[in-house]
Amino acid sequence: MSSAIAMGNKSLFQGLNLRQKTILIISFTSILLFAIVIISLFLAGNALPTNFESKNLAPSLEHPFGTDWMGRDMFVRTLEGLGLSIIIGAFASLISTVLTLILGLFSSLGKTADSFVSWLVDLFLSVPHLLLIILISIGMGGGTKGVIIGVALTHWPSLTRVVRAEIKQLKTQEYLHISKNLGNSKWWIATKHILPHLSPQILLGTILMFPHAILHEASVTFLGFGLSPHEPAIGIILSEAMGYLSAGYWWLAFFPGLSLLIVVLAFDMIGENFGKLMNPKMAHE
Amino acid sequence: MYLKGENISFGYKKDNLILKDVDIALESGEVLGLMGDSGSGKSTLCKILSGYVPNYQGTISIDGKKISSKGYNPVQLIFQHPEKAVNPKWKMKDILNEGYLVPQTILDSFGIKKSWLNRWPNELSGGELQRFALARALSPKTKFLIADEITTMVDAITQAQIWDIVLDIVEKLNIGVLVVSHDKTLINKLCYDVISLADINKV
Ligand SMILES: Nc1ncnc2c1ncn2[C@@H]1O[C@H](COP(=O)(O)OP(=O)(O)OP(=O)(O)O)[C@@H](O)[C@H]1O
Ligand SMILES: [Mg+2]
Repeated sequence: MSSAIAMGNKSLFQGLNLRQKTILIISFTSILLFAIVIISLFLAGNALPTNFESKNLAPSLEHPFGTDWMGRDMFVRTLEGLGLSIIIGAFASLISTVLTLILGLFSSLGKTADSFVSWLVDLFLSVPHLLLIILISIGMGGGTKGVIIGVALTHWPSLTRVVRAEIKQLKTQEYLHISKNLGNSKWWIATKHILPHLSPQILLGTILMFPHAILHEASVTFLGFGLSPHEPAIGIILSEAMGYLSAGYWWLAFFPGLSLLIVVLAFDMIGENFGKLMNPKMAHE
Repeated sequence: MYLKGENISFGYKKDNLILKDVDIALESGEVLGLMGDSGSGKSTLCKILSGYVPNYQGTISIDGKKISSKGYNPVQLIFQHPEKAVNPKWKMKDILNEGYLVPQTILDSFGIKKSWLNRWPNELSGGELQRFALARALSPKTKFLIADEITTMVDAITQAQIWDIVLDIVEKLNIGVLVVSHDKTLINKLCYDVISLADINKV
């Protein structure tokens, strides 16, 4: 009896600790990412000094990430690139989330609407993602604008599929039928009953979309279909660095690549911990 | 006013009819009992009568007119499990007033306390939730009430209380009620007339 109470207390205590730990991880990681964006915005104003006397320097205390063939500090370039990546990722996730929302709510209106959305999702998922981005990007005139639109318009299908399944399940709920019987329109039911149930899932989906969007933008840019060479993008830095790898300037690719990986993992970590917070076992209503 | 279901046939699967050529009529102000074995299709019939099932055969009408699938349905269904009939993410006061602004008199007669209005559904008992579901459905636009085992989850005293209130309100509003229950004593106490689903179902 008393041991049962003690155990109950203990698990409650652990739950609280875990919850606090989770929140701590989320806050810390968010601050890190936010700091990168802020710093990169400050840096973006002033052009990096080119200094041919200190070109192609290996990492040192003065230049922790080394310097490139124009003597530019790679640490600063990497920060700027990461900041740009995160901003583009944020924009793309936002647009994709809005599309998910619109399509999800639209699918709730009826059978035909639902089939249409499902068809659209399958259509987009049937084309290789990177190819789709490149096609849209070229179609939109290429360059910075093209890749941003391409990334923004292609990240909704998987989240939309999840949201659509959730809506299907919700629609069997008795209170939705009651709402209809009380005279409420389909649109009213979609926004007042269905949407509040979806918002946690959509928020989580958006966070998890970030790393995908960032990596896709970097890949497309790396392949030469994306941002223009004078943008401080990670994709540009990496593709430039390729030319110097044979010369032994490993730091040109290594540190920017590693930083990109860390940023992507940071977003995954936020998403994962956010998902844990939403877990009914931990959520306190 | 008459609510009529004529030649109602329905099955969840094509080759397995649960209801066949069912005729049922309910008059304004009437309290009609419906009994039947478990699984015989009482709840299914209730759902069909109140517009929850789109693909049945036969006709449902009020005074010969089909009921529109848009707008307020004059036939309101109350379920056995009130916790499924409320959105868990809504406060009780929003749930209560979803169809119309429920007047204080009805709240008072159901004994719905002011402090309950600011709670979430999971902070109320089944019986308390059922009072909300009933108050929500008893708007002046409601002409018929389908009560599918609505007091199975409460004790005998509460059951009597709830039915006293409902009968009082439906009498004032001249609403016709279909009472579905396994409880013969309850049905005999409430209803002028009782029908058995087996008698009207030709399956
Ligand atoms: N959504 C559904 N899908 C498939 N079959 C169903 C569904 N709902 C009910 N049935 C089946 O239809 C039959 C009639 O069910 P119904 O709920 O109408 O019975 P009932 O008379 O209300 O029973 P009870 O007295 O136990 O409430 C049962 O055999 C049941 O298994
Ligand atoms: Mg039943």
